Amino acid sequence: MSAQKLINLDYAAGKPVDPRVKEVMLPYLEKSFGNPSSLHHLGQEAKTAISQARKQVAELINAEKPENIIFTSGATESNNLAIKGLVNRYKDQGTKILTSKVEHMSIVNPIKYLTTKGFESILIPVDKYGVLDLKALDKEVDEKTVLVTITYANSELGTIEPIKEISRIVHEKNKILHVDATAAAGQVPIDVQDLGIDALTISSNDMYGPKGVGALYVREGLRIEPLLHGGGQEKGLRSGTENIPGIVGFGKAAEISKQEMQTNIIKLTKLRDRLIEGLVNSLPYTYLNGHPTNRLPDNVSVRYSFVEGESILLSLDVDGVLVSSGSACASKTLEPSHVLLATGLKHEEAHGSIMFTLSRESCTEDIEYVIGLMPNIINRLRDMSPLTPKELKK
Amino acid sequence: MYSDKVMENFKNPKNTGEIPDADGVGTVGNPVCGDMMTIFIKVKDNRIEDIKFKTFGCGAAIATSSMTTQMAKGKTLEEALKISRKDVASELNGLPPVKMHCSNLAADALHAAIQDYLKKQQTKNEVKK
Repeated sequence: MSAQKLINLDYAAGKPVDPRVKEVMLPYLEKSFGNPSSLHHLGQEAKTAISQARKQVAELINAEKPENIIFTSGATESNNLAIKGLVNRYKDQGTKILTSKVEHMSIVNPIKYLTTKGFESILIPVDKYGVLDLKALDKEVDEKTVLVTITYANSELGTIEPIKEISRIVHEKNKILHVDATAAAGQVPIDVQDLGIDALTISSNDMYGPKGVGALYVREGLRIEPLLHGGGQEKGLRSGTENIPGIVGFGKAAEISKQEMQTNIIKLTKLRDRLIEGLVNSLPYTYLNGHPTNRLPDNVSVRYSFVEGESILLSLDVDGVLVSSGSACASKTLEPSHVLLATGLKHEEAHGSIMFTLSRESCTEDIEYVIGLMPNIINRLRDMSPLTPKELKK
Repeated sequence: MYSDKVMENFKNPKNTGEIPDADGVGTVGNPVCGDMMTIFIKVKDNRIEDIKFKTFGCGAAIATSSMTTQMAKGKTLEEALKISRKDVASELNGLPPVKMHCSNLAADALHAAIQDYLKKQQTKNEVKK
């Protein structure tokens, strides 16, 4: 019992740093600890290292120039910088901010904050898979719109949004599009120029880089106001001494993600589809959340009727399997996830959702083990539940 | 997040199931909120002779159901009515603050089952008269 294997299927919550990433970071923690603002050689070493990382991140998303990348402390800061920085800069163009109903809290809450400062927020609905309603978007983008911000792919549903069509609609009316690619960047190919993205949020840890670092891409010619004022680092858009080891690691993580993307997509998609099929087919009243095919390669989100997600999560934890849940009990708010509710699920359906996220380390044995484990866990909880219909009882 | 005692009661809950010919039944909560429980009691000589529960909910909801039924079994109705949510939580060595309100409903379900029993008795007595 003590030698129980730990199977992590909650990689959306946090990923290990790739050993190759760690390796390139180490010198910047120990010997090369210079400040890039210093003119002496130690400072210039750090400056060169940032330039290299900027190039690596820019190449991952095919940015016009490395200079279009602003390093931040992570996706939350990038989303805040994009939203507040763009609407404050362009507020003379309008006060309407459009977003979807399936955004991360680091999009939801900055917009909520801005509604107390004279901006208006419009939430565009999604279909049952979580795909944005393009007609509704088209109707809402108007001369009063200042910014449209849409997730590339939501990590709770896995569904990938039709960014190219969204971009076409937004740009037909000459408006600005920000895309939160936290869960997607490094996993699936993103070409900001081809897709027509004006600003893009990227996270380092989501691509096996260190935590505490991220980036915002801002298209050539677009202006943005900084959140942090100070020494004028990052072209004045993000003051504060740069997190050199973090940025160097992020750059390497971006480079590796680009190189190995196709291999990982093939591997993960196979595991993902086997997990979905295995879970949905082994028990009645089991459903996939999100789009069946147009989804992130690492994401499996399912829901079980008549049981509650946290008790599934705890049961799996007892058996050494880590997952996360979309239930109220997993959150601080006691409400089920707004993302799941936006797809039309009832509260009690959303409560029974759990999410598995794979990693490059995931393997077939882990997936088969979890598929085999699930019936006992769900049947035990269903036997205990007053909601379970008689036909399912032993 | 949870104490060992909560996890123990979640993993191996006592008194799960139904009593088909229960003397009293109490249901509290709502699946919309994510927690719902039903408690069944069998009463003999003013004492809870048997008790079972059915619960839909999180780990805390299942653990408090298990603990409440264990605390109530064998008690007189008056004693059982005195079991509070707080007593159940302390017996489990505490619950996370966020769970104190949403998932700690089993004592309420127990009280509802006893009230149901008392109401039925009253109706029976009135019929006798």
